[in-house]
Amino acid sequence: MHGGNIFVCVFLFFRLFRLFALRANFSSLSLLLLLCFSIITKNTSQNLISSYIMSLWVDKYRPIELNQCEHVNASVANHLKELVKDGDCPHLLFYGPSGSGKKSLVLALLSTIFGPGAHKTKVEQKTWKIDATSTRKIEVDLMTQSSNYHIEINPSDAGYKDRYVVQEVIKEMARSRPIDAQGNAGYKILVLTECDKLSKEAQHGLRRTMEKYSSACRLILIADSVNRVLEAVRSRCLPVRVAAPRAEDIEKVLYDIAAKEKLTLPPQLCSKVAVFAKRDLRRAILALEACRVANYPFKETQSVQTTDWELYIAQIAAEILAEQSPKRLLQVRGRIYELLVNCIPPTLIFQTLCFYLSKRLDDEMKHEVIRWAAQFEHKLQLGSKAIIHIEAFIAQFMATYKRKLISAFA
Amino acid sequence: MGGEEEQMDVDHQHHAHVQAKKKEPWVDKYRPKKVSDVAYQTEVVSALEKAMETHNLPHMLFYGPPGTGKTTCALAICKQLYGPELGKKRVLELNASDERGISVVRGKIKSFASTTVGEGVPGYPCPPYKILILDEADSMTNDAQSALRRMMETYSRVTRFFILCNYVSKIIDPISSRCAKFRFKSLDGGTMHERINFIAKGENLQLAEGTLQALEHVSAGDMRKAITLLQSAASLFGPELTGDRIREVAGVIPDEKIEELLQLCVAGDSQKSQALAEDILKDGFPCLQILEQFGYYLADSDLLEDEMKAEICLKLGEVEKKLVDGADEWLQLSHCISIATIVCSTKPEK
Ligand SMILES: Nc1ncnc2c1ncn2[C@@H]1O[C@H](COP(=O)(O)OP(=O)(O)O)[C@@H](O)[C@H]1O
Ligand SMILES: [Mg+2]
Repeated sequence: MHGGNIFVCVFLFFRLFRLFALRANFSSLSLLLLLCFSIITKNTSQNLISSYIMSLWVDKYRPIELNQCEHVNASVANHLKELVKDGDCPHLLFYGPSGSGKKSLVLALLSTIFGPGAHKTKVEQKTWKIDATSTRKIEVDLMTQSSNYHIEINPSDAGYKDRYVVQEVIKEMARSRPIDAQGNAGYKILVLTECDKLSKEAQHGLRRTMEKYSSACRLILIADSVNRVLEAVRSRCLPVRVAAPRAEDIEKVLYDIAAKEKLTLPPQLCSKVAVFAKRDLRRAILALEACRVANYPFKETQSVQTTDWELYIAQIAAEILAEQSPKRLLQVRGRIYELLVNCIPPTLIFQTLCFYLSKRLDDEMKHEVIRWAAQFEHKLQLGSKAIIHIEAFIAQFMATYKRKLISAFA
Repeated sequence: MGGEEEQMDVDHQHHAHVQAKKKEPWVDKYRPKKVSDVAYQTEVVSALEKAMETHNLPHMLFYGPPGTGKTTCALAICKQLYGPELGKKRVLELNASDERGISVVRGKIKSFASTTVGEGVPGYPCPPYKILILDEADSMTNDAQSALRRMMETYSRVTRFFILCNYVSKIIDPISSRCAKFRFKSLDGGTMHERINFIAKGENLQLAEGTLQALEHVSAGDMRKAITLLQSAASLFGPELTGDRIREVAGVIPDEKIEELLQLCVAGDSQKSQALAEDILKDGFPCLQILEQFGYYLADSDLLEDEMKAEICLKLGEVEKKLVDGADEWLQLSHCISIATIVCSTKPEK
């Protein structure tokens, strides 16, 4: 996401407001907006929003030390402690599905290495002036979050200029190496989030700089999809797989939070939230907070509110199943477009649509849905206009489905 | 309360504690220093030793899978010919992490290749030429290779070129035809075990039963991979290692899961097979890894007819390409599993 800019956030905020104002009840409105937004944007922009507007539970109850990872990722945390016990660490690559706790582990790891100072961070918008070639200078703006010991950036925010950013930041870090009391040069850690979204060129550049400046800085890479990280980069890092927590573990975390917030959480509701989360801890905590806002004291039978964009897609799915015609296609197109302008990632639209369509179909049609979704989502990655590919998928589905319905009744 | 001061103190301690101690990667630490120490590549080693006796080496092309000793051999030859000191002047090593576009070939490489050699040093053969090692040459563009070719002709009197690559086919013909070619084979289990045991002894590791087999299995003849995994596992888990710990750092999915997945597909249960596939994905295993292991398992399985296997494998290939293009893992995996289920449940008609 281009979450680098608070103005963008505010702008999106109002966009979302317009889209969902009709259906959310007013008291919970602002929080829900924030929730659905945070689910999508995850990393940087979520930090931004929360620090500017309010603190969400997902941020408030992040583990601060590796010791505090009790319920989820406990064994990984233990191994990491072992890894850095003599104060050094190799380049690391954290991978695993979103919401599995990669970022929290990294932050906890930093404070285990550097002490509490690693949590004293400042957020700033930095501008780098880079000599792209001997004749041309380019400027790159990027949001950074840094302490005395580390810098965190999301280089994919820089778009096609990402490769310059990566190299420049590392060079700069090498120049300003921390020196300790004995006059020994230490190292800094560069945390690169969403490094699977880096271009190939940037990754190649990364690999070069990784070797050249390996004494001055260590890299921590975070990726959802490790396949998109080049083998050459991967082989230079120690890979750390972070599995998404299971429902049981999520429940423990939820009880913990409830206890800290002095809430009584009925077991039934807790497990409902945990199941709803689909092994995504962020989703679980956000949902619990939404439940809290919607209704407290909690009721066992209280429903877990799906985020609004998800409801919106579920509704689209229902419309597609109800009628297959050019007219309906046009209507649906308008709705998809609305989702896209509100920065819901196209891949997420594909996944969610696929999920809600499949829910109400027999096995044979399920195969069809997944087949076409996989095909058109792939094309989307090669192309550039998301709306075209999503629409093509829906048209294809409508045609297939209608044909099947007709043959069934014939 | 003086909290600030205390805080500073804590920071300071930590800071002193954190020094950039550089740990040498074991792949470098345990690199054989002499050509004769390179294991398993007997034909290559004996040919190279003969050539070195004459002190007159041809241009050479080393090819073969990763981690089989190509770089090691090239470096060892240089060391044996020039010794550590002169080696710095007479040898230039460039690998894929160095910029090697056509401009570099025309600049840096040319200036190295064209300078005349100086005096030798006592104690080493020091033949009157320099050596240019181009490691991982597959990644050089054709243009850069053509420029290189001209240099090989012009400066062959004072410079020998060692070209190292995985695939000969990626090297343009005019270059490969000018070189003596050496093929490096994937290492076999015995050699790997021996080497790993040697390193384990040097690093005081305790390898439980099955560790060697796991290393052999996941690295498939790639010694570098095996050594890197060993080091990663040791730094993450401490000196006591097991097969499971090796598989964990290698990111390999437990065989039972893959077996179960295939059985569900064969049973035609699309709901359960999809759920399991998604579960494995959520455990953090990359989609490509799942498909790769699924493919291997499938090929060996006797649950399916050959034609069915072929059909599924075809799909696996297709999906692999799509994943490389950046397609979504969940959608592609679901698609694959869906196809596998369909193929298994439609009995082939004869
Ligand atoms: N034939 C071999 N005998 C002993 N060790 C080997 C052999 N092949 C590879 N190795 C080990 O694997 C590591 C990588 O080998 P290298 O020569 O760099 O591989 P490549 O063929 O990819 O250039 C080295 O550190 C070396 O210790
Ligand atoms: Mg090599």
